[in-house]
Amino acid sequence: MLSRTADSLYWLARYIERAENIARIVQVGHRMASTAGSLGSPGNEWHSTLVAAGCEPGFYAKHGEARTTAVIDYLVRDPDNPSSILSCFETARRNARAVRTALTADMWDALNETWLRARDIRPDAFTPERVSDFLDWVKERSLLFNGAYANTMLRNDAYYFTRLGTFLERADNTARILDVKYHVLLPQDEGVGGAIDYSQWQAILRSVSALRSYHWVYHDRLQPWLIAELLILRREMPRSLISCFEQVTYYLDLVASDYGGKRGECHRLAGEMHARLRYGQIAKIMQSGLHEFLTEHIDRSMVLGNAIGTLYLDY
Amino acid sequence: MREARARGEAAGPFDETGGADPRPQYDLIRGWLADTPAEMVALKRREAELLFRRIGITFAVYTAGGDPERLIPFDIIPRVLDRAEWRHLSAGLIQRVRALNAFIGDVYNTREILRAGKVPETLILHNEAFHAEMQGFTPAQGVYTHIAGIDLVRVAANEFYVLEDNCRTPSGVSYMLENREAMMRLFPDLCARHRIAPVSHYPEELRAMLCSVAPPNCDREPVVALLTPGSYNSAYYEHSFLADEMGIELVEGADLVVDDNIAYMRTTEGPRRIDVLYRRIDDEYLDPLTFRPDSTLGTPGLFNAYRAGNLTLANAVGAGIADDKSVYRFVPEMIRFYFGEEPILKNVPTYCCAEREDLAYVLHNLHELVVKETRGSGGYGMLVGPQASASERATFAAKLKARPDDYIAQPTLALSTCPTFVESGIAPRHVDLRPFVLSGKEIHIVPGGLTRVALREGSLVVNSSQGGGTKDTWVLED
Repeated sequence: MLSRTADSLYWLARYIERAENIARIVQVGHRMASTAGSLGSPGNEWHSTLVAAGCEPGFYAKHGEARTTAVIDYLVRDPDNPSSILSCFETARRNARAVRTALTADMWDALNETWLRARDIRPDAFTPERVSDFLDWVKERSLLFNGAYANTMLRNDAYYFTRLGTFLERADNTARILDVKYHVLLPQDEGVGGAIDYSQWQAILRSVSALRSYHWVYHDRLQPWLIAELLILRREMPRSLISCFEQVTYYLDLVASDYGGKRGECHRLAGEMHARLRYGQIAKIMQSGLHEFLTEHIDRSMVLGNAIGTLYLDY
Repeated sequence: MREARARGEAAGPFDETGGADPRPQYDLIRGWLADTPAEMVALKRREAELLFRRIGITFAVYTAGGDPERLIPFDIIPRVLDRAEWRHLSAGLIQRVRALNAFIGDVYNTREILRAGKVPETLILHNEAFHAEMQGFTPAQGVYTHIAGIDLVRVAANEFYVLEDNCRTPSGVSYMLENREAMMRLFPDLCARHRIAPVSHYPEELRAMLCSVAPPNCDREPVVALLTPGSYNSAYYEHSFLADEMGIELVEGADLVVDDNIAYMRTTEGPRRIDVLYRRIDDEYLDPLTFRPDSTLGTPGLFNAYRAGNLTLANAVGAGIADDKSVYRFVPEMIRFYFGEEPILKNVPTYCCAEREDLAYVLHNLHELVVKETRGSGGYGMLVGPQASASERATFAAKLKARPDDYIAQPTLALSTCPTFVESGIAPRHVDLRPFVLSGKEIHIVPGGLTRVALREGSLVVNSSQGGGTKDTWVLED
């Protein structure tokens, strides 16, 4: 297939996934911030939300302080922020339009309808009181798009590149969401394991739709290292890093075998990252620092993305 | 000349449905319109709009403001031709397009028609649409205008005129196809009660035609691609639609690379050779090495690959010499010259302002003529004399005197009308018809074409950039 087509499909999937994940990240922030007051937290939840979304440099270039309304607006609506939800939809549709022939009718319908409706949303839908409805809608649209392409695309290289976009972006976002916790401060008189700490972990699990899964897997009250294990190392958790990397290596292998077995640096790197997750132990990760582990993962993902680009997508 | 004009004026516009003298092919539609409650019709019209918006059939218009992705209004009342009418048109179209192809091949090779004095040599050789790069080169199967859109208008029951030939990159065929889809979806019963000749096989015909003109040195199944200027082009929807329907790659200039006079597309598996390129980019932008050096839409080296016989371009470079508005009036002569036949389809009498006598006539009769730029398209830069104000005519007269070579004039034809939904209900609106003629090894025409309708009352300009709409076009089987 055309490199440009593969590139557009890959980014299209990434941007839809990113829109969903920004919605999830804003939901965590919102929940943490709204419980913070009653629990006496120092109140930097919105700052940590920006960090998790990877949007804090852009935000502070425009705004002085991480206040609720400004952060929500920046992450959800602001056209100046290339990762805002509305910008993601805009970019996704632009990519889709450039490769319409590579999309199934259902994919196009899902995307186009999302874009058309997002354009017509009135600004008051993004106020802190009402934004939850919008965020739920964003998740619905992403689920619809993912369902549309998973159920209607031919199983060929076009599909593989779309999958790669989805899973690389998802892994990236799971790492970022988990890292939110690192940036949120706890009050001095309240340590790890207190009421605020607990509600923050709970918010993180909710944001990746994993609170119930946690209880099914561990039958235990929320423990930070178990939560980290669930989101990093457990294969049965669909948004965990290892699940995403199983998919990434799987689809990279399919592409290689479709193309006569030719492999490149991206295959080596993805395999290495997958192995690290497969044979990793949560105790070791926590010991050497969860934040450091996640940061390194995010950096390597970026290198992997570039390597995929070099081998297949750059034109 | 003067006769045709007089007739056009005397009779009112011809009503496609027959008006007071009802034509049978509209019987069922008349009944349907009478029996369907107004609210139902309104509902269906809204449904149609939603349908088109959702599929994304939009048309970008080159003016600021408003929605950049505009819908071309679709009118739900079809335009109907019977078999006999279509047979006549079809024979005329095939004859005309054969002549156009013969003419293009001739002017780039032996120039017999020029030497015989049937067409003035200066008109061709000094024409901007004449590409000297094409001289002495004959493309595969000798075809130049592979896809031709011939605009027809009707002034009486048996009187059709060719308004213009579009030999370069005519667009609109996707509307022909989608209009039919919309009608079948919105009004399945009405469609089922007619025997409508299908059009949905057009993409297959197009693909087969493109394969039939692959370079002679291509010894495998030809690789065909559609070259688009990109998603900001007004006809991008059509480009993607056709590529998709044909199952071929939709490429942009940057996706192609030419190496040793062979054209390749850049794919995830490395370069892949292309044999036939259905290009929807104008000649001037095709190859910065041969044509406009500042073009970023094309691909360097494409023209050399073409001339080397390693790639077919459809339509051929330089095909525009046949649809230049100043060449138009010679088409009947081409048919006589190449085939010794009388033209089946009529030309509109045309005054060439470059000629002194014609210019004098045009200036004197501006109030009843349509004046067009020889190089204009899309309905831009034209004057409809009877509908213009005195001061508009005066301004135009000054332009005519300053640059007479740039203009031709024709009598204002009373274009036929077809009932159409407008604000106030159903009213007659002027229509034209653009059939698409495919020339490869053989010539094929899908029955019908695109009917365009001028939605403003009294307007004779059907171009979508000027507020025109479209209708489904039915050719009824016997």
